[in-house]
Amino acid sequence: MKNRIKVLRAERDMTQAQLADEVEVSRQTINAIETGKFDPSLPLAFRIARLFGLSIEDVFQDGESR
Amino acid sequence: METKTGKFNAKTYRNTRHLAYWTAAWVLTMAIAAFGPKLIWNLDTTVSALFIGINTLIGVGMIQANRRYLNGLDEMQRKISLEAMAIALGVGVVGGLSYGMLDIAKVVSVHAEISHLVILIGVTYLVAIVVGNLRYK
Repeated sequence: MKNRIKVLRAERDMTQAQLADEVEVSRQTINAIETGKFDPSLPLAFRIARLFGLSIEDVFQDGESR
Repeated sequence: METKTGKFNAKTYRNTRHLAYWTAAWVLTMAIAAFGPKLIWNLDTTVSALFIGINTLIGVGMIQANRRYLNGLDEMQRKISLEAMAIALGVGVVGGLSYGMLDIAKVVSVHAEISHLVILIGVTYLVAIVVGNLRYK
């Protein structure tokens, strides 16, 4: 699954640790999601999308990211 | 001010510490229950039964601490742990039974002990956790 988390973070000048802070997971998990090594659950994907004020489709897209 | 991840990390650290305390207590009481009969209380079966009971109760506490630890992890950490447990269980069952058969068939000279199986499962779990963490790094 592809995602725009890295870009969205950069636009908001937000670190992985700060994003992890907000969605209550470890920084390693955010890094693995960003690099496409780990696909988040639907609740976590919703939390991330909500944090950026976007719909889930605006953050995550179907397809291989690697 | 403590942030949410600060809270998340603090909770994980606290759960890990509790699990370590319970595990240490379990190992210590097991050592007492195993070596005590000969070295401390001269094969008194009542004292032996008491210490085995204490060890079992602490074992139950350790299992609960392990459950709390796993439930406190985030979803990726839980996935890594689940995969590691699956590998450790598989290696333990397959490796343990093969080892037992090798002993029964007198292919190996070493007597198959349950402690060998526990070591195999423990080492396999540790290696699988490290590999899992590296894979998602």
